[in-house]
Amino acid sequence: MMTRLNRLLGNEEKAQISETQVDRSDIEKLAELARIEISESTVDEVAKSITDVLALVDQLQAADTDGIAPMAHPLDATQRLRVDRVSEDNRRDDFQKLAPAAEQGLYLVPKVIE
Amino acid sequence: MHNLTIAELIKGLRNKDFTSVELTRHYLDRIKRLDANYNSFVTVTEDIALAQAKAADERLAQGDAPALCGVPIAHKDIFCTDGVRTSCGSKMLDNFVPPYDATVVENYRKAGAVMLGKVNMDEFAMGSSNETSFYGPVKNPWDTNCVPGGSSGGSAAAVAAQLAPGATATDTGGSIRQPASLCGLTGLKPTYGRVSRWGMIAFASSLDQAGPMTRTAEDAAIMLNAMASFDDKDSTCVDEPLCDYTASLNDSLQGLRIGVPKEYFSEGLQPETAERVQAAIKEFEKMGAEIKEISLPHTSLAVPAYYVIAPAECSANLSRFDGVRYGHRCENPKDLNDLYKRSRGEAFGEEVKRRILVGAYALSAGYYDAYYRKAQQVRRLIKQDFVDAFNDVDVIMGPTATAPAFAFGSKGDDPVAMYLEDIYTIATNLAGLPGLSIPCGLVDSKPVGLQLISNFFDEAKLLNAAHQFQQVTDHHQQTAPALD
Amino acid sequence: MEWETVIGLEVHVQLATDTKIFSGASTAFGSAPNTQACAIDLAMPGTLPVPNEKAFRYAIMFGLAIDADIGKRSVFERKNYFYPDLPKGYQTTQLDEPIVGPGHVEIQLSDGSTKSIRIHHAHLEEDAGKSLHEGDFGGMGHGMSGIDLNRAGTPLIEIVSEPDMRNAEEAVTFARKLHSIVSSLGICDGEMSQGSMRFDVNISVRPKGTETLGTRTETKNLNSFKFMEDCIALEVERQIDVLEEGGEIIQETRLYNGDTKVARSMRSKEEANDYRYFPCPDLLPVEIDDDYIEDIRKQLPELPDARQARFVEQYGLSEYDAGILAADAATAQYFETTTEACNDAKLAANWIMGDLSAKLNADEKTINDSPVAATALAGLIVRIKDNTISNKIAKQVFEHMWKGEGEADSIIDAKGLKQMSDTGELEKIVDDVIASKPKEVANYLGEEDPKKRKKMMGAFMGPIMAATKGQANPGMVNQILSKKLNEQG
Repeated sequence: MMTRLNRLLGNEEKAQISETQVDRSDIEKLAELARIEISESTVDEVAKSITDVLALVDQLQAADTDGIAPMAHPLDATQRLRVDRVSEDNRRDDFQKLAPAAEQGLYLVPKVIE
Repeated sequence: MHNLTIAELIKGLRNKDFTSVELTRHYLDRIKRLDANYNSFVTVTEDIALAQAKAADERLAQGDAPALCGVPIAHKDIFCTDGVRTSCGSKMLDNFVPPYDATVVENYRKAGAVMLGKVNMDEFAMGSSNETSFYGPVKNPWDTNCVPGGSSGGSAAAVAAQLAPGATATDTGGSIRQPASLCGLTGLKPTYGRVSRWGMIAFASSLDQAGPMTRTAEDAAIMLNAMASFDDKDSTCVDEPLCDYTASLNDSLQGLRIGVPKEYFSEGLQPETAERVQAAIKEFEKMGAEIKEISLPHTSLAVPAYYVIAPAECSANLSRFDGVRYGHRCENPKDLNDLYKRSRGEAFGEEVKRRILVGAYALSAGYYDAYYRKAQQVRRLIKQDFVDAFNDVDVIMGPTATAPAFAFGSKGDDPVAMYLEDIYTIATNLAGLPGLSIPCGLVDSKPVGLQLISNFFDEAKLLNAAHQFQQVTDHHQQTAPALD
Repeated sequence: MEWETVIGLEVHVQLATDTKIFSGASTAFGSAPNTQACAIDLAMPGTLPVPNEKAFRYAIMFGLAIDADIGKRSVFERKNYFYPDLPKGYQTTQLDEPIVGPGHVEIQLSDGSTKSIRIHHAHLEEDAGKSLHEGDFGGMGHGMSGIDLNRAGTPLIEIVSEPDMRNAEEAVTFARKLHSIVSSLGICDGEMSQGSMRFDVNISVRPKGTETLGTRTETKNLNSFKFMEDCIALEVERQIDVLEEGGEIIQETRLYNGDTKVARSMRSKEEANDYRYFPCPDLLPVEIDDDYIEDIRKQLPELPDARQARFVEQYGLSEYDAGILAADAATAQYFETTTEACNDAKLAANWIMGDLSAKLNADEKTINDSPVAATALAGLIVRIKDNTISNKIAKQVFEHMWKGEGEADSIIDAKGLKQMSDTGELEKIVDDVIASKPKEVANYLGEEDPKKRKKMMGAFMGPIMAATKGQANPGMVNQILSKKLNEQG
């Protein structure tokens, strides 16, 4: 994987990284965190493709980033703030037309247990 | 009429050579007859288009017509359109009809443009081939066995097949420029923050930016004039002065300093594509520009950094699709967790799921510093490369993609092979810079693109350089083989 | 073994802004479900947040009030988890760079001592919506829950204390003090029953004299001081029992039902979510400059501690009375209005802390909803002072005022409660009573000791007051009675 990227970029020296392996149990954990059902028959396939992607991103480990501040936004801008004035009308009917299940103005979901 | 550029259509409409209704009918008719070959439209809005065209004709007659009055365009199906289904290429939103417009859509409506319909795209803009759409792949008009690129493949195919004179598109890692390259078009990704993201369904918020897809640089300038605005509904939209991007199109390129990064001409670039790109850069030299080799030393880290940052942001951005308030919901959920997991499992495609899982992994306890934080640090290094380069040059030029359009399925089921498609375009998204792709010749009868990158908010410079190139070359006038 | 309790609080305070923290939808309480949930609050695709300036202003006011560092740069992060009352699938909150840094709050305990409770930080975040169970909204027998997102996006500050409290009294006093500060600042309406302030209590115990903290549990979402007190007692007892039986405390989140007084485990640490925090890419860092902070500092209203000191100084109240009356802005305002109108701080204080407070408690009303306005109470006090009515009659008049029957004067008139001060009339009643009690008169006259004599007057006072239906001016009766009795001899 890395060698392919390196070749594409003419970058032949090999990075010293141990490849991250993702197994079935990792995928099950991630699928639970992300609330996505992954069918039993495809778990191994998904694990393999995610291992491949992680091998690509593991290239980052070779970069020297000592003292570099993380950059969350491309521009060094700061946040504008909004005046505290009501600007939104009640549009419940427009929005609830889109709801898979609603009743008495409420969105319905299977019983919430705390 | 479909051979005309947007600039020519505007003149024709004002000269009364044709009406907007005639023009709109002409395009609607072409879409009906031809789009089965390309699958570029997800939704055709015939009634809206004709009503808007009729209204445009009235305004043209009254003489108070705004810039794009009566000009038909297509919108990428990522932009919310009030009362018109907005699917984002996903089964998740197959039934989603937003009760609001994206700012981009509103801006074009105010500019008088006519909406022909909504065009196809990779699901949630994740892909470089348009193979991940719930509505099926889009075909490249130059060779229907090949992909049009992605994620704005529908926008590119519709314009390349002359089913629309221009289209809106979005670019998170190359999704405007790469399909423009593969379909022989002019595609512009503006500076991050130049165009409002309100109503544009988010993939990776700190990277997403909307831009136009057209046949010429002049048309791109006209479309950007309408598209760019300051929008206080988008906190990341920048309050920079707007300019008329057509005003400087004819400026001389004498003395323009062009930097050519050596890292963009590495082994992975197909030799014939490299030749076309080098030849194009020579044309600029003929026009008086100075060419110098530069280095963007962190280029090799752009794709790895992107595949941490974009999945991390998307993993959170796509959590709202939970089957509760809108979108797909599974049948008979047995409990809340089942509702979430099956609704999302059923309605998201493989690539979307993969990126969500990768993003969840990169952010999870114990991995955050090694992946997410590291990628953000590398992101700064990549931006700094460009900041340093722009001390010495005005425009950076190189290839947009490694090769012309590839055949469907040719990347197999290897996601990383697809990710490497965006190897030359991704760094500008990480840095937030504007980038433009213009056609610079054919390889195997398929177009390849030249990429131009400028400093922040210097879109006018890119459009000027591209327009001047298009005055002395005819690559942009080559059209895909007609199927009618 | 002797055990020491260690308590820390996390307090959610709803800010009294007109609109949500990231949208222009109203935050008014009690509207029909989902009528105040706009596209942003519903996390409709393509929508984006823009923060509310007032929320920042209010958070900074709190920071200044607790002598905290204000975050010159604060950053919103996404806290990722799925829950139906959380439409985006993440809560937008602050983590490493909050708006309010370390500060402290002084509390006064019942034994007269004071203690400083350290605040770790306070951050801005959005509230979630509400889940209603079928029985609560009359669902159609489908066993589903209903989601109301009106509250989603209401601005909150979450105040996180250090584990500085050692018993329930300290925790409740601290909680009340926070309530007093935020309501005095006017940044929160303080309506606990509407969830405007909610407390999460972290509790652990350790052998007395040791330093290491024991394993803690977190009981979430308490919305009354009473529940907090009960819940702490219960949890401390439970933890000590477990430890004394050789067991281990499990780090867990617990729920406490204040009505049934039963607590249960909600989830253990192992089941806890991995929240995958990261900076929200839709929002930029918020930068606050010194001018902005100083401008807020100048406009800061009087805080409870300063007000208490002023009440002692200006009105001559005791520390204790001043503390109670100064604790919240509404009570303080009521006291000052009453005092100004009746010109008697001591009487005003007694009435507010006595009869008024008892009535408010009994009817579960706040002082803002009091049917007797401050000026009306002052009207009553004036009539006590000018001897129109006695203290005892005043209590009756107050009852009528409470029922909304009018001002003190009109009630006194209508009911004929005016104190009898007509000397002639009183003399006649006194004469009659004396005439009816010859035996008592004889006893009185036979007594030499003036002290005993005075005591014996009681035998006449009762019947005189009864004959005047309590309206006689006791001072005058006393005077007339002693004169008349002495004349007998």
